[in-house]
Amino acid sequence: MSEVTETGVPGDLARHPRTPESDTPVLEVDDLVVEHRDGGTGTLFRAVDQVSLRIAAGESVAVVGESGSGKTTLAMAATGLGPRGRGDIRLLGHSLSAVSRTQLRRLRPEVQVVFQDPHGSLDPRQSVRSGLRELRALQPERTSWIDDADLLGRVRLAPDLLDRYPHQLSGGQAQRVCIARALLMRPRLIVADEPTSGLDVSVQADVLALLRQIRATTGAALLMISHDLAVVRSLCDVVHVMYRGRVVEAGPCDRVFGTPENDYTRELLAAMPGARWRSRR
Amino acid sequence: MSQLELDPVTAPVSPPRRAGRRARTSAFWLALPLAVAAVAVFVLPLTGLLPDGGQNLDATRQPPAFLAGGSWAHPLGTDKLGQDLLTQFVSAGRLTIVIGLVGALVAIGPGTLLGLLAGYFRGWVDRVISILIDAQLALPFILVALAIIANRGSSLPVLFLVLALTGWAVCARVTRAATLAIRERQFVVGLRAAGASEPRIVFRHILPNLAGTIVALGTLQVGTAILVESALSFLGLGVVPPMNSWGSMLASGQDELSQAWWIAFFPGLAITVLVLLVNLLGDALLTHHDPRKRRR
Ligand SMILES: Nc1ncnc2c1ncn2[C@@H]1O[C@H](COP(=O)(O)OP(=O)(O)OP(=O)(O)O)[C@@H](O)[C@H]1O
Ligand SMILES: [Mg+2]
Repeated sequence: MSEVTETGVPGDLARHPRTPESDTPVLEVDDLVVEHRDGGTGTLFRAVDQVSLRIAAGESVAVVGESGSGKTTLAMAATGLGPRGRGDIRLLGHSLSAVSRTQLRRLRPEVQVVFQDPHGSLDPRQSVRSGLRELRALQPERTSWIDDADLLGRVRLAPDLLDRYPHQLSGGQAQRVCIARALLMRPRLIVADEPTSGLDVSVQADVLALLRQIRATTGAALLMISHDLAVVRSLCDVVHVMYRGRVVEAGPCDRVFGTPENDYTRELLAAMPGARWRSRR
Repeated sequence: MSQLELDPVTAPVSPPRRAGRRARTSAFWLALPLAVAAVAVFVLPLTGLLPDGGQNLDATRQPPAFLAGGSWAHPLGTDKLGQDLLTQFVSAGRLTIVIGLVGALVAIGPGTLLGLLAGYFRGWVDRVISILIDAQLALPFILVALAIIANRGSSLPVLFLVLALTGWAVCARVTRAATLAIRERQFVVGLRAAGASEPRIVFRHILPNLAGTIVALGTLQVGTAILVESALSFLGLGVVPPMNSWGSMLASGQDELSQAWWIAFFPGLAITVLVLLVNLLGDALLTHHDPRKRRR
């Protein structure tokens, strides 16, 4: 476990180049339960029910399921960014319930999120440049590896976009800026919550290609939430199928999509876009 | 306009934009006379153009210059001691404007802060602050004012205390609701993931996004402060001699209404016009910052 404490310290990144083979899982979740309290009636709604999840370094894991099945809640609670749940969460080997506030703040940049609505993911009052400047001020060591223009180049944006405000960016451009901001932090895990659903069809493929390329070049693990089976299949190794807060089936994509064991999985596969792939097999 | 709003999907982008621009233009034309008036009451006394404000028992209750018996020596006439009313009007306007501005600041300062805290941290913080807001809004302001003034006497600091106490709750309530909405935006999660502290998120990101709303609220609060001050001064509980505000001029003119109506008329008119302009300006600013009418 000595490796664990070392990986938890961002400053050590340079001295310990990460390898996809590193055996500490990026994220381990055991029996996570998340309940939302209904504002009006005060009753509890179990959005995530006894979910366990394990993401190895560099691994790509998908969560699929119908709307409202708890995918976003799971991803946010599992990374300590959203509602607190019950159950054990270990980020890079650190139990979230045991780390101090300061430790948590150093641990957090290891997980970066990309959301569905790129415009909602950027502060409307900040230009791209000042947003990046703030990230650099927050994590000086972690972000010193690349300058702004190069960073935008990595997500195939021209540097003259640096002085734009979010409302002056197209959806695709804004999503690339979000990805660049995530990339800047050199995270070990990127959570992508339906990163292409809010985009025009013509730019969806570009954004996915970008995510794939980032994974290949940085070795970051990916937790991908998607409605599109073709996307999941092309990007992910493992898939978890959620239904009403529970994971009803999990396994390698090929196995789950090829020979689904659960009735709900079969139904979902039939209803989801990209399912044609299954019949071709 | 209302028909377009019903159908946001097919509504072209330009109408909300145009509404925003229209709000901005009208805000400009409303702010202009207010700015001119504010500058005037501060600059006029320095020019030496105003008549001498001293007593003159030979020229009491003179009518304004444009009425029969008036003279340009006293453009707005004189009061029962023969003091020039224009000079009084200008210096009273100065105090009224200062009270409006400071009174708004002391209300929106704490109001914004408490609203931000309640909206961002929710939980018990929100419950405590919300109860305070509801309690404050349930108390008639005149009761609060009387209780404090009976205790502490009337002075400017006490007046500001009353204005803060009677004004913060509305600001807190609006700020709280706006904060609740903004904290759910995903950029807040992104900042948290970058290691940003809670104070940074609240004061560097959520607060700037509320700036427009707060300015609009503050403007409306200026109008409220002036009205509250006028009412209190009219009752003899606000500004007391030797200081003079439009409210206290109105009060001293009320006994003379039958013989010299102009003593009370001009301050009364000034309060009405000022508050009307300020409120229209506040509404225009609020429209401009209404998220539904603004392009994201
Ligand atoms: N803040 C909240 N308060 C109360 N209930 C919530 C809250 N957030 C989510 N829920 C409920 O929890 C359930 C799971 O929501 P979640 O957003 O995780 O679903 P999802 O699988 O991400 O759906 P989608 O595919 O539509 O994004 C839903 O029934 C939702 O109504
Ligand atoms: Mg979701």
